Amino acid sequence: MEPILQVQNLNYIYSAGTPFQHQALEDVSFCVHRGEFIGVLGHTGSGKSTLMQQLNGLLKPTSGTILLDGQDIWSDKNLTRQARFRVGLVFQYPEYQLFEETVYKDIAFGPKNMGLKEDDIDIRVREAAAIVGLTEQQLQVSPFDLSGGQKRRVAIAGVIAMQPEVLILDEPTAGLDPAGRAGILKNIEDYRRAHNATIMMVSHSMDDVARLTDRLLVLNGSHLAMDGTPAQIFARAEELVQMGLNIPQVTRVFLELQKLGLDVEPVYTLQQAVDALSALKGGAASC
Amino acid sequence: MGEIIKAEHLSFTYPGIDDVPGAVVFEDMNLTIEEGSLVAILGSNGCGTSTLAKHFNSILLPCGGKVWVCGMDTADEDRLIAIRRNVGMVFQNPDNQIVANVVEEDVAFGPENLGIASPEIRRRVDQALAQVGMSKYALHAPHLLSGGQKQRIAIAGVIAMMPKCIVLDEPTAMLDPRGRREVMETIIRLNREKGITVVLITHHMDEAAQCQRVVVMHRGSVAADGRPQEVFAQVQLLHEIGLAAPETVELCYELNKLGFALPLDRLDEKECAQALYNAVKA
Repeated sequence: MEPILQVQNLNYIYSAGTPFQHQALEDVSFCVHRGEFIGVLGHTGSGKSTLMQQLNGLLKPTSGTILLDGQDIWSDKNLTRQARFRVGLVFQYPEYQLFEETVYKDIAFGPKNMGLKEDDIDIRVREAAAIVGLTEQQLQVSPFDLSGGQKRRVAIAGVIAMQPEVLILDEPTAGLDPAGRAGILKNIEDYRRAHNATIMMVSHSMDDVARLTDRLLVLNGSHLAMDGTPAQIFARAEELVQMGLNIPQVTRVFLELQKLGLDVEPVYTLQQAVDALSALKGGAASC
Repeated sequence: MGEIIKAEHLSFTYPGIDDVPGAVVFEDMNLTIEEGSLVAILGSNGCGTSTLAKHFNSILLPCGGKVWVCGMDTADEDRLIAIRRNVGMVFQNPDNQIVANVVEEDVAFGPENLGIASPEIRRRVDQALAQVGMSKYALHAPHLLSGGQKQRIAIAGVIAMMPKCIVLDEPTAMLDPRGRREVMETIIRLNREKGITVVLITHHMDEAAQCQRVVVMHRGSVAADGRPQEVFAQVQLLHEIGLAAPETVELCYELNKLGFALPLDRLDEKECAQALYNAVKA
């Protein structure tokens, strides 16, 4: 099957021709397949946010191409506009972008701009609200009367109401407590399942990406440094630490176990660790 | 060691609008912070941790009860400046706290406002930048620094006022892993070497694990309080109030459900691995 997104030899330079010229992305190429859940890792300033803004046409590449379903999103104005609806982007701290009088109107803003009919908008608003767990009652209140975590859900609902085929989220759980983090991540999973959507999530939480994603992209100093499954990526612990990143805590525990001489395969989620150790214990008991 | 901050029967309700009553945050909150300690405050969103922090330097005043800072009543207007000199605050978003176009001028902003003489300001700024490891950036523009660097500049701006205590409200929430490490190393060093009391509000359990004491708040009161090893061992309580223990403890907790008998106080990966090794080999 053809990839939904193809990024080819992408370069992006901020403030070109001025003393502040800075190359944020250098020769970045990768493909994204339909239904994938991709985690995007990288230190501050590595180019993650710049890359995400290229994927729905908010920033135009200095050179290189971005193909959405095989078509260059900059080849024609209509395609650029389509890209903005088909690839939904949730910024960092999206709750600061709420502006409408009611939660309902705020979520309806995107679908309205797509030129949909009132009835269709209504269906989409309600479905999006249900996915992020907002109640009927909350749809009628001012978004500014909600808690931080609830506001963030409203902002995410506003993007998923456009039913994007690719949903991109830039650190969607920053600043939330563990229960709030788990809630938002579940909402994202639910949307992915309901629409067979592709998810790209920028995150600094190694534990979250290890548990949720099929594949990781690691950016370092404007380059795409790694592209692989969580197992492949977290096996390169030393390189990650050098890049200012980290590996999940359970992975570090297992590295220590290996040093102690225990014959265990590397793990990167809590569940894998539990399974591996209980199997070992069970095996030991039976012999 | 004496007490530096004390909340006594603290109650606080945010003011309502028209007929809508405001949110009640504290009804009878009691907490004491010892001078020279490094204390983490954990709590789910909306449980009052930030509201509490704002009581520690008179940004908010109690509706009932008292908050004492170095023996001064925070509601005593005449002591306001003295209180703010003693307790400095660092917030979540570094971009909201930086005021100047040059790093060293930003750090000088606080002491300038205290009316300190120029040579003394110079000395304090240099010292503060050295303490956060940012001396070589003294003449840089703050907006071109990384998040972790900006947050260290904000901390330098606070320590240039030479407070006895620093209260940090989720200072690492917006930072990448390296930025988080830099900030944690800085505040731990300030606590150990300079004896500055640190109150760290955080959602990151691994950061709380590095403190001497962890206070868990839930719905405006203290749900658990003790050494990190003691607090994080209460995994079930933490889950009930929307928090979690560090992964090392969560791993042991899950394994115990399957018949292991692991200790729940191994916060360090090496210690945790040793306990697991012993259990499997036994």
